[in-house]
Amino acid sequence: MSHDASHPAHLAHHFDSPEQQNQSSSLGMWLFLAQEVMFFGGLFVAYAVYRFKYADAFAVASGHLSLFWGAVNTVVLICSSLTMALAVRCGQLGDKRGIIRYVVATMILASVFLGIKGLEYAHKYEDQLVPGPQFEYVPDFDSYSVPVTAETADPNFAGHVQLFYSFYFVMTGLHALHMVIGLGLMVWLIVKAAKNHFSSEYYTPVEMTGLYWHFVDIVWIFLFPLVYLVWRH
Amino acid sequence: MTKSRTHYLNVNHTVGSWLFTVDHKRIGLMYLGTILFFFLLGGIAAVLFRVELMTPGSTLMESETYNRLFTMHGITMIFFFLVPSIPAVLGNFLLPIMLGAKDLAFPKLNLASWYVFTIGGLLGLGSIIFGGVDTGWTFYTPYSSTYANSQVILAALGIFIAGFASIMTGLNFIVTIHKMRAPGLTWFRLPLFVWAHYATSIIIILGTPVIAITILLVAIERIFQVGIFDPALGGDPVLFQHLFWFYSHPAVYIMILPGMGVISEIIACFSRKRIFGYKVVAMSSLAIAILGFFVWGHHMFVSSQSMYAGMVFSILSFLVAIPSAIKVFNWTATLYGGSIKLDTPMLYALGFIGLFTIGGLTGLFLATMAINIHVHDTYFVVAHFHYVMVGGMVMAFFGGLHFWWPKMTGRHFSEMLGRITAVVIFIGFNLTFFPQFIVGYLGMPRRYHIYPEEFQIFHVLSTAGAAVLAVGYLLMAAYLFHSLILGKRSSRNPWKAIGLEWTIPSPPPTENFIDTPVVDYEAYDYSLERAYEDDEEDHS
Amino acid sequence: MNILSSFLPDQASTLAADVDQLYLFLIGVSMFFCLLIGGLVIGFVFKFRRRSDADRPAPTRENHGLEILWSVIPLVLVIIMFVWGAVLFYKQWRPPADAMEILVTGKQWMWKMQHPSGRSEINDLHVPLGRPIRLTMTSEDVIHSFFIPAFRTKADVVPGRYTRTWFTPTQLGSFHLFCAEYCGAEHSLMKGWVHVVEEEEYERWARGDDLDTALLSPVEAGERLFTELGCMACHNPDSGALGPALDGLFMSEVTLVDGRVVVADEAYIRESILEPMAKVTAGYQPLMPTYKGQIDEAQLMQIISYIKSL
Repeated sequence: MSHDASHPAHLAHHFDSPEQQNQSSSLGMWLFLAQEVMFFGGLFVAYAVYRFKYADAFAVASGHLSLFWGAVNTVVLICSSLTMALAVRCGQLGDKRGIIRYVVATMILASVFLGIKGLEYAHKYEDQLVPGPQFEYVPDFDSYSVPVTAETADPNFAGHVQLFYSFYFVMTGLHALHMVIGLGLMVWLIVKAAKNHFSSEYYTPVEMTGLYWHFVDIVWIFLFPLVYLVWRH
Repeated sequence: MTKSRTHYLNVNHTVGSWLFTVDHKRIGLMYLGTILFFFLLGGIAAVLFRVELMTPGSTLMESETYNRLFTMHGITMIFFFLVPSIPAVLGNFLLPIMLGAKDLAFPKLNLASWYVFTIGGLLGLGSIIFGGVDTGWTFYTPYSSTYANSQVILAALGIFIAGFASIMTGLNFIVTIHKMRAPGLTWFRLPLFVWAHYATSIIIILGTPVIAITILLVAIERIFQVGIFDPALGGDPVLFQHLFWFYSHPAVYIMILPGMGVISEIIACFSRKRIFGYKVVAMSSLAIAILGFFVWGHHMFVSSQSMYAGMVFSILSFLVAIPSAIKVFNWTATLYGGSIKLDTPMLYALGFIGLFTIGGLTGLFLATMAINIHVHDTYFVVAHFHYVMVGGMVMAFFGGLHFWWPKMTGRHFSEMLGRITAVVIFIGFNLTFFPQFIVGYLGMPRRYHIYPEEFQIFHVLSTAGAAVLAVGYLLMAAYLFHSLILGKRSSRNPWKAIGLEWTIPSPPPTENFIDTPVVDYEAYDYSLERAYEDDEEDHS
Repeated sequence: MNILSSFLPDQASTLAADVDQLYLFLIGVSMFFCLLIGGLVIGFVFKFRRRSDADRPAPTRENHGLEILWSVIPLVLVIIMFVWGAVLFYKQWRPPADAMEILVTGKQWMWKMQHPSGRSEINDLHVPLGRPIRLTMTSEDVIHSFFIPAFRTKADVVPGRYTRTWFTPTQLGSFHLFCAEYCGAEHSLMKGWVHVVEEEEYERWARGDDLDTALLSPVEAGERLFTELGCMACHNPDSGALGPALDGLFMSEVTLVDGRVVVADEAYIRESILEPMAKVTAGYQPLMPTYKGQIDEAQLMQIISYIKSL
């Protein structure tokens, strides 16, 4: 089965046809996302166990997060999913300039998200809410609609709050790391698009990066209620 | 043209042609070198602590050293040898050829997996060089996260990173099996080796990320001194065990299913019979893969897990025995009416059947809750999993290595030395581990450096067996190495086996197949003429 | 039985013989299958050995009946094993109601036992012959595991939790006690002896006739701590009911502020002392301070013993 006659440049030597190559990439990406689901899944299970055990402490701790900035970031990220989807659409139409335009837009939105996230982290650092030996939690129950009152700092309660923040930083940190990797992929896309590698027959990298980006978005859709909204039930 | 035929080994000789290769066969060989290094490392650790255990007291080393040695043995053998052993070496080399493909679906990802694995391995090695780890391969919290005073972070990161190498390999296998089968090669014409790797890859993809995040949480807890599993902050150390065994029990099947695939190939070839109940054997691999995800709690019967949870995990664990029993019976039935030849690979395969049977049956003891209470964390468990891991997987790995050695290297090893070694290893293995069942039931806990004198006789037997085992492995290393240089050149199909890999020259050309093969026969169809034809010298 | 007994540890508890019986059943089943498979493999290899390279075996014939047979037989066998094992496990899990309670604390690398009489010991455990003994255990640091091979009992000892095991000794003598969960450098030295003695001898020993100082039972020690720590100030029906009364609390059902109902077992009482905010009883304010860091695990067990006695 030689394919010398009609061998497009983007077809790797070990595939018989572009369809086979595209389907392989697609299946591979879905399998990758399946393992990502298990990766975050393990984390979410651990979080859920503690959230169930220490419901009040987690609610109080969550109340210290900025709901406003969390909501803004959710909107920003959903918009970035839209621009990414439009980039894939441009891929289907073979519009190279459109791919670059929408990928750049996605990157800008992603950077805005990461910037806001960074500000939130800085704020937590100032408030000494970063877990570790320097962690210091002074309860301020009055500000939050949580059915708990206590007059002094309870070391155990603070411990549970610290647990919440451990998970907050690990979960949002790993999510942010995934976004940084996504940004790297998008730089690669722009380079490839600028070199005219894409056409309406071949835009698999754009499509796969799009799948990845939507996954990152969906993780945030779970993270946002899990960490920002738990005290608003 | 006879002498100058180009194949994947002589196509290019530069170092760069190996380090940047995307040829699955070369990557398989690079993996072989890497994991054999870790096998040696883990083996040296085992020999050292086995010698120490000949006496009940402390003779050669301090407890700290002993603890680091058994941890090093466990981590290197499991994460850096057994998990990648058959899939990353034999699977990498053979899977595309068995499917009639030119390469795996993602050759660059395959190369990346070797680099990722090597980086993980180097971190693991670093943890040993910078003082070792003393948590045991299980990393139980809060000991690992708060109390241990050793290189836990390096080892944990090494395992975390090496995990991604296995995910890359598993992902590559599934896509290749789905999308790159030759024309006519339907699902139920696939060799059982391929089915076994398919089932293994599913476990790798669904299980490995969970150990990745779990071990990462332990590393983060140590690096930043935050409490995630620390009871002082309200963390739950038993939660760690659940997450850990959610991967690490299925990981046992990552370590045995590919071995079962190898055994199916060898038995079919050396009895010239199609595997009895082919479909059931194929499906039993999937059944084991799926059931394997629901039995992790049988590691935790005494951990304070609830009694009712224990009962559910117990019955599910028993169910795994059914597909395993089917495999053993079907292999045995395959021999019936065959034309059996006891060449080296077949000796390993028959050894596998015997040892895996013992390993599997003693698994029933551990699934039985009332017995588990007594034998949990004793040498009984140590003996059981070595019967499955070494008696099963390592026997299968070396059986497969001998079986495909002529294909991979184009050379024959000394058949006589091969057979002698197989017998030496079988005897050494049983002498090492069978006494451990007895001493385990008598109450000898595992991971004990100093132990009561009445157990000494069993440890002396064990150490003697380990010495025999070591001699066997060294002998094997010697004659295999010798064969690379002076071995007789192998023909296309030295064992007269059916299977696509035996239709191409040994060693295979870089692109495997000049023309994509068309498969119009069932797997292991030993009524085909080519299983009986004498191979002409075919360096064409 | 003589040869056999050298492969079995001492049978020194009521459960030991039961466990061994099941074990021997499993050995029997295993030996049957090992011999069956080993015999068949060796027999086939001999009978069907390749006599010439031209041998052409008949193609494999499928036989679904045979496959069903060797799926169903193992299935029946494992169900028998499961049921037998589960019934016995149930017995191992539930201590008899009249069992004497001994408190055990594990720490790197020693075992501390507190007897009801107030006598404590380290790495030794004296128990009376024929009396059911219940161990309530916890750890001060990492996970340990309390293992007495001669009694066929084992249970992990987990920081932050109470775990339990029980046995009735049936044989006089000294038996090994091991830590079975790897716990650090001196793990293999975290062991000791269980001494099974006659009832009267145990009573004499437990009273501390050979000691100069008077002993306080855990209940008495707990009562003393209860007073010293000022618990009575609130947990007193007459004090304006700042805290709930504790009479008859143990194993009763408690309704919490959020409407949940919990059973006041040891774990609940322990949590309420260390983390009073976690489960506040309905009708009370969350006023209680934590006692974490002020009392150790052994003292905590004493207070719980006292509350249980109310």
